[in-house]
Amino acid sequence: MANAKNSEIPVVWLQCATCTGCSVSVLNSVSPTIKNVLIDEVIPGKHVNLRFHATVMAGAGNIVIEELKETARRKKGNYILVVEGAIPTKGNAADYGSIGEDDGREISMLDRVASLASDALAVVALGTCAAFGGIAAGEPNPAGCIGVGELFRRNNISTPLINIPGCPPHPDWFVGTLARVLLLGLPKPDELDEHKRPRAFYGQLIHENCPRRAYFEEGKFAKKFGDPGCLNELGCKGPVTYADCPLRLWNGGVNWCIGSGSPCIGCVEPGFPDLLAPFYEKLTEDALPNIGSSREEV
Amino acid sequence: MAKIIIDPVTRIEGHLKIEAVTENGEIKEARSTGTLFRGIELILQGRDPRDAQRYVQRICGVCPTSHSMAATLNLDSAFGIADKIPGNGRLLRNLILGAAHIADHILHFYHLCALDYVDITKVASYQGNDSTLNSIKTFIERGELGPFVPRYEGDYRLSDEANRQAVAHYVEAFHMRRKGQEMLSIFGGKMPHNCAIMPGGVTEVPTVDKITAFLWRLNELRDFIDNIYIPDVLMVAEAYSDYFEIGKGCGNLLSYGSFDLDIKEKDLTKRQRILKQGTVSTDLKLGELDTSKIAEYVKHSWYADYGNGRHPAEGETNPKPGKAGAYSWIKSPRYDGKVYEVGPLARMAVTYASGAPEVKDLIDSVLSRFKAPPSVLFSTLGRHAARALYTKLVADTMPEWLLQLKPGEPVCVDYEIPEEATGMGLVDAARGALGHWIEIKDKKIANYQCVVPSTWNLCPRDDQGQPGPVEQALTGTKIKDETNPFEIVRIIRSFDPCLACAVHLITPKGKDMGRFQVC
Repeated sequence: MANAKNSEIPVVWLQCATCTGCSVSVLNSVSPTIKNVLIDEVIPGKHVNLRFHATVMAGAGNIVIEELKETARRKKGNYILVVEGAIPTKGNAADYGSIGEDDGREISMLDRVASLASDALAVVALGTCAAFGGIAAGEPNPAGCIGVGELFRRNNISTPLINIPGCPPHPDWFVGTLARVLLLGLPKPDELDEHKRPRAFYGQLIHENCPRRAYFEEGKFAKKFGDPGCLNELGCKGPVTYADCPLRLWNGGVNWCIGSGSPCIGCVEPGFPDLLAPFYEKLTEDALPNIGSSREEV
Repeated sequence: MAKIIIDPVTRIEGHLKIEAVTENGEIKEARSTGTLFRGIELILQGRDPRDAQRYVQRICGVCPTSHSMAATLNLDSAFGIADKIPGNGRLLRNLILGAAHIADHILHFYHLCALDYVDITKVASYQGNDSTLNSIKTFIERGELGPFVPRYEGDYRLSDEANRQAVAHYVEAFHMRRKGQEMLSIFGGKMPHNCAIMPGGVTEVPTVDKITAFLWRLNELRDFIDNIYIPDVLMVAEAYSDYFEIGKGCGNLLSYGSFDLDIKEKDLTKRQRILKQGTVSTDLKLGELDTSKIAEYVKHSWYADYGNGRHPAEGETNPKPGKAGAYSWIKSPRYDGKVYEVGPLARMAVTYASGAPEVKDLIDSVLSRFKAPPSVLFSTLGRHAARALYTKLVADTMPEWLLQLKPGEPVCVDYEIPEEATGMGLVDAARGALGHWIEIKDKKIANYQCVVPSTWNLCPRDDQGQPGPVEQALTGTKIKDETNPFEIVRIIRSFDPCLACAVHLITPKGKDMGRFQVC
């Protein structure tokens, strides 16, 4: 029987200039599973109502675009807009990226995000592309891609924004943020850092919690791949990257980048990729912050 | 004349629009358009060549592993180390790629395609004790059916019992594909976007505990493939058997092969692989792969004409939006001047034609079950069946590679980045033949070109006017109900389109040329 006390949170998920990797990562959520998120009460008495997601939803074409517009009308001010991928702005923006058509006219990703964001309860920019431009905005940024925050600045949109960067983001970072909203409402401003990332997930440097940290302190550095030792000389960006990967681990806890002997490439940072590349070159001294200091001090 | 426009086509990777012109319920002409441009190849220019495998994975988060393989094979060849990869490196790459393909094909059948055949709303009438089905019943009773409704209505043919079972498997498949990515990450570091595959080999070292952890996830997946995935594909095939005749396509198939058995042969077109390199047509006679026969045409694409086909290594991309006669930003790759389809069907058919006994047995067993000739493979259902059988073949082969790993021995070799070099990387990605080409100057990437599976499959007409494989598969199809064009989406999805791949370079989508009216 339907539970009268059950309350929903409508979610509209727009894919812009993306590789779909953020969606695939969220499918990898372990507890709750993606089935729990989509079908069950993800928090007792509360469930997610996913209204639009191009990779998952059954429908196609005009009927789903009508559903998208209907959701925006019917759930105005109550839905969470998830944006995956950067937003192309070059030229006539619809030339570089459009999502469906209204009255036979293609609607740009820019216009879709701007109009849906204005009427949302909050916007989650999922992944580094949506948060900061990411790979899509790598030099020479062929499609003029920007993140959601920049779109908000340009269009004077003041809807609350939460950035969940990562290329891709860890599923827990997204599901945990969603659970925060379901349990306690929107995060308070001091729960987010200056890049609007939840401090709960992005509060410490990779380097602070790295299991190879002891090698660093002892000056034992891997010289080639497959060696034990700190990966600093193989290009690791752990010392300038804020994320809890070393504690949380990836894919059900089986591994993570540095765990597999591969240097961190700093994929959650606003400067990714251009300021973090080349990925296999040692950080220069002036790029190294004071190890272990808080992000404000850095 | 009427026109069916589907924008967006969903449950694929990326942004695709399909226009089909119909007359008396039959598709006379079909055109496909990608609706997103990023330009990863342009972003690669001037960068450190070693970083290529990191960037190219971001072309596609569904099939990043295949791109990392094509990129590292490409870099191995450019760095002159293609025949020096340690045994552990080769085996771990195979295991990582195999895990990716297993997870990807399960995702494709259940989460991208099944909702075209399975009616999730029928679970509302379920009376039983299965907890998964009861949770879906509760979900339906809440009255908000997103993301499963709205949808096309009218042609769901499975019995209530078969339908319920398929819905339960749809949910179970979420867990299984996740497990496939976990398995991959044991050696690949993380997914999506593995970090372990790199030029010279891999970064992860095999240990006994990792081998065991991998093996038992693999065993669970093999059980799912044998007892659920393949039986479900056959069950759908029985209920929708007309789809053995629908969506035939161009009848020519091309495979680059995959899973290196050794690395002594530098020439990737001749390297010993589990899945074979080559071509076949409807006669199923094996043709030798010759990459010099690949050329891309642009007469119907929005690029400046260059007279004739160009090999990808000499590719030119000079956008001309609004060019007369053009209707797509995707170029048209051709092999020996002809239209070729790529994908699991292609690599299985090529390997079948090469006489590989395990592939012959797998395919013949399905053909004999349906008392059908090999020609039915060229169809919507043929693609699904070939994909499922391929998944089994790979999963059943992987335990051997696991046992061949040698803990304690090297996983990669050193190399120097050359001042100047060129390279080529060929591998069959989940979705088909994937080629990467690189030119290095001053130790930087001067040019990087990818010709990807969905470019082959979703391309427009070429200079000779030959439509692309998907366009050909759609043309001639009878649409029973133009407001619910199941036939179109079922055909398209059988190709497993990946638009982020197909439009990795494709320069901006042009304005609507105003040639079509929405009906």
